[in-house]
Amino acid sequence: MLIAESLTKEYRSGERTLAVLRNVSFSVQPGEFVAITGPSGSGKTTLLGLLAGLDTPSGGRVILDGAEMSSMSEDDRARIRSAKVGFVFQSFQLISTLTAAENVQVPLELRGESGAERRASDLLERVGLAERATHFPTQLSGGEQQRVAIARAFSNRPSILFADEPTGNLDAASGERVVALLEELNHESGSTVVIVTHDATLAARARRQIRLADGVVIEDTGSTERVD
Amino acid sequence: MQLARLAWRESRTTRRKLFLYMSTIAVGVAALVSIDSFARNVTRSVREQSRSLLGGDVQFSSRRPFAKETEQLLDSLARAGIPNVRSTTFPSMAVIPRNGNTRLAQIHGVSAGYPLYGAITTQPAGRYETLQSGPNALVDPSLLIVLDARIGDTLKVGYGEFVITGTLKDVPGTSGLSSAFAPRIYIPARYLPETRLLVFGSTAEYAALLKLPSDRDPKGFAAPFRAPLTRQDVNVRTVTQTEESAARATESLANFIGIVGMVALLLGGIGVASGVRAFVARKIDTVAVFRCLGASGNQVLAMYVVQAAAMGLLGALLGAVAGVAIQFLLPLAFVGLLPVDVHVTAEPVAILTGVLIGGWIALVFALRPLLALRNVSPLQTLRRDADSDVLRMRWNDLPRLLINAALILSVVAVAVARAQSVRQGLWIAAATGGVLLVLALVASALAWGARRSVRAGWPYVVRQGLANVYRPANQTRAVMLSLGFGAFLVTTLYLVQNSIVQDLALNASSSGANLLLFDVQQDQAAPIDSIIHARGFKVTQQSPVVPMRIASINGRSTESIVGDSAKNRRAGWAVRREYRSTYRDSITAGETLTAGKWFAPERSGAAPFAPGDTGEVSLDAGVAGELKVKLGDEITWNVQGIDIPTRVTSLRDVKWTRFEPNFFAVFPSRVLRDAPHQFTVLANVPGVLDVATVQRDLVRRFPNVSSIDLSLLTETIGKIVARVSTAVRFMALFSVIMGIPVLFSAVSSTRRERIRESVLLKTLGATRAQIMRILLTEYALLGILGSLTGLVLALAGSWALVHFVFDVKYTPQFGPAIAITAVMMVIAISIGAIAGRDVFKETAMTALREG
Repeated sequence: MLIAESLTKEYRSGERTLAVLRNVSFSVQPGEFVAITGPSGSGKTTLLGLLAGLDTPSGGRVILDGAEMSSMSEDDRARIRSAKVGFVFQSFQLISTLTAAENVQVPLELRGESGAERRASDLLERVGLAERATHFPTQLSGGEQQRVAIARAFSNRPSILFADEPTGNLDAASGERVVALLEELNHESGSTVVIVTHDATLAARARRQIRLADGVVIEDTGSTERVD
Repeated sequence: MQLARLAWRESRTTRRKLFLYMSTIAVGVAALVSIDSFARNVTRSVREQSRSLLGGDVQFSSRRPFAKETEQLLDSLARAGIPNVRSTTFPSMAVIPRNGNTRLAQIHGVSAGYPLYGAITTQPAGRYETLQSGPNALVDPSLLIVLDARIGDTLKVGYGEFVITGTLKDVPGTSGLSSAFAPRIYIPARYLPETRLLVFGSTAEYAALLKLPSDRDPKGFAAPFRAPLTRQDVNVRTVTQTEESAARATESLANFIGIVGMVALLLGGIGVASGVRAFVARKIDTVAVFRCLGASGNQVLAMYVVQAAAMGLLGALLGAVAGVAIQFLLPLAFVGLLPVDVHVTAEPVAILTGVLIGGWIALVFALRPLLALRNVSPLQTLRRDADSDVLRMRWNDLPRLLINAALILSVVAVAVARAQSVRQGLWIAAATGGVLLVLALVASALAWGARRSVRAGWPYVVRQGLANVYRPANQTRAVMLSLGFGAFLVTTLYLVQNSIVQDLALNASSSGANLLLFDVQQDQAAPIDSIIHARGFKVTQQSPVVPMRIASINGRSTESIVGDSAKNRRAGWAVRREYRSTYRDSITAGETLTAGKWFAPERSGAAPFAPGDTGEVSLDAGVAGELKVKLGDEITWNVQGIDIPTRVTSLRDVKWTRFEPNFFAVFPSRVLRDAPHQFTVLANVPGVLDVATVQRDLVRRFPNVSSIDLSLLTETIGKIVARVSTAVRFMALFSVIMGIPVLFSAVSSTRRERIRESVLLKTLGATRAQIMRILLTEYALLGILGSLTGLVLALAGSWALVHFVFDVKYTPQFGPAIAITAVMMVIAISIGAIAGRDVFKETAMTALREG
């Protein structure tokens, strides 16, 4: 489903070159629930950006569902995201000018698909927010906003979902609900889920953990067993 | 469609803000719509009132009484059902015998039934209808004032005496200005002989107005009469010609203010660009999310272009509404300057054009900053960079280059469309571009200079204020462009207008004389000289005047010349007009020789000019151009029925604005000395009372001699210029008003980063006063430099305009120009202070929340 091959990401700062990721390689099978963990500054978010095609690596390549992302133009990568990828962010990233339902419809509308309203309403019901469909993001709590974001992430039936610290801005109860939801949808839809987090509890719920430190993979459990 | 719907939804809360930015175009559109609508109103009114303007369908006019053949023609036309009425117009002194006061006036001797169209109204009402009942006179109200006369007084014109029965209220076809030089007096034509003023060489116009049956076309009717009447020295004018020339006159006024409209539009465009830049910065986060969700760069761009286009169109519509409102106020600014009563009505074509041009300019200017949204990386959802880094575009980005080209082409197209000629349009566009370029360069220099001049020892607030000028995402260029351009525009308008007024005043005093006497007969010259000398004053110039017409040019008669094809056509007015020429052997101070040689000094004992000789003539370069005549060409003049052949031996540049007798054609004395002539006399009589005394002496002895006090003329011109200035000032005020929203827009383009920073400073313990001082340092610097650059550019621009376009002496007025600069500076600083208020509204928590 997802292959990272010798990924390197360097940033130039004046005369110096700073390597944030060095030679990172792994692959993720369809339907896996993977957590990328590591301390602050270890390169987690950078890796997520490369895997999801939000950025291009300085070296190595990313193959997502058979498509090599690293050599594509930004617009081609956008098309892949539109067709195959879902996103959940730490700060929810809902569009403040759109209602909950409209936010969920966006990926489908960008693809010009019909039936976006029906799908949005189904998904909002699924995440328990049917009653809040016409509310704007500012009228929702943090937990509710993240559930809308999850509904949005699944609206285009993604084959892979990336989540960046999805519980980072939530209290324990809301965080728990969000994780449960991600697990359920992962199970139901068969989508692959890749989560970046430094929350050990959340990471422990993943079937596989890839641990980063100083830009290199220091551990890949490769486990298919779910740890409870 | 779905994208448009999404764009509409997405704009929900920012719609108002975007509308605010896009609506800076409204001011430009308002200017365009109001000016164009008003110009159309004027043209339409001219068309509707053209019959009243001329007073009839066709006019025959001549500088001498109609020849027998002309009178016979008029009689036969009258018998055929084409009646005519007459008017004789000439200048003369008007005297009130009761108090001895005198004043030069324009006498109109009119026959019953004049004019054929339109009505002359009077105060008290109905007095024009009874004018013909006796020796009555209707006068301009201003004449009563200057002569200290009242209705019922006896008025003397030449040897004729009339009773003032009322004042003129409205005379169709004349603007208020026409009576400013010489007030009008209407008397019945049948009493004209009693004045005994219409003698040889008198400056008079004899006119017959004809009324055609409604189905006759005036142009077609007049055509067969033109050639024979020209031979009888009669000009034929139709209502169509009147309409065309009136339209041309108003067109040049409309053109001038039209350029102001164009500049307003450009300023609006700059405002849109700065505003949209601010809008784009606010949208980075949203765009990054859209990109994450799979939107392509072009989809994102399309979404915001749709929003901007909709808001731009709305802004343009708003501008059109304001423009229509202003259009109704414009007649107040131009009161007394136009020859017709302007009926103000909404003009759909002008409104539509204004909205379309405005909407397009807004969109093109908005596209430039909007293009940057394509480059917003989805990565910004994970890690947020500074706005300026996110929005940076490569200089050679193709769409950006295309938009720049579209922008330049649009500006050039608008300039060319609005200017009088393509050349002028290109010049205007180039000048506008040049000014903007200089302002942008000065902005860069300021940023560069600020960076290098900051010293560690300076107070923190000053250092921070200076740093704001050059830091990333600074507003230096945006503020400099809008402020500098505003200052440039207003100051240039003022300086040009001032130089023209100063030049008029200067010319009025340049001849060193103030009393001009004309229609002085040959035998009156010497006694007039003694009258003036007896009062202790000096005659400074005595120019003989010989009326003549052109008989042929290089052997071709005027009739055949007039019929030339359009390509070779010489100006009809120059070929047919009556020339009032002079003879003298020296060139005057107001003339410069541009080609050829001045007449060789007359040798003593030289033979007098004899039939068969070819004399010399010196022509005004302008009229030579109209006649398509060059050095060495031969012109034969018809002087009182005698043909005098001459060769053009020199061309002169004549300063027509000097208040002294100027002539198109000057001959050596030997050529014209023996021709019947009259004189124009210039005398130096300082003091209002002395002028009045001399005028009274003269009019008592020689009632046919007219005189005019030139200082009074200067005053009158001053008043006219003041009226024009009101119109110009109105436009200048307009540009200042439109500059303010543009400036606000420029400031708001970096408002977000500014608030973020200031709130951060507050969090770190900066006081309100400190933050305010930082902002004031920055705005004071931008204000001072922006307005000063505008001032310097205005000095250069106004010099160029005065020198190349108006061809008058440049007299800059530094005091008022600096005052304008100071006002612009204060505006900039005030806007800075207002921007500071927003900063104080935000709490420190905002900074923490936004991270």
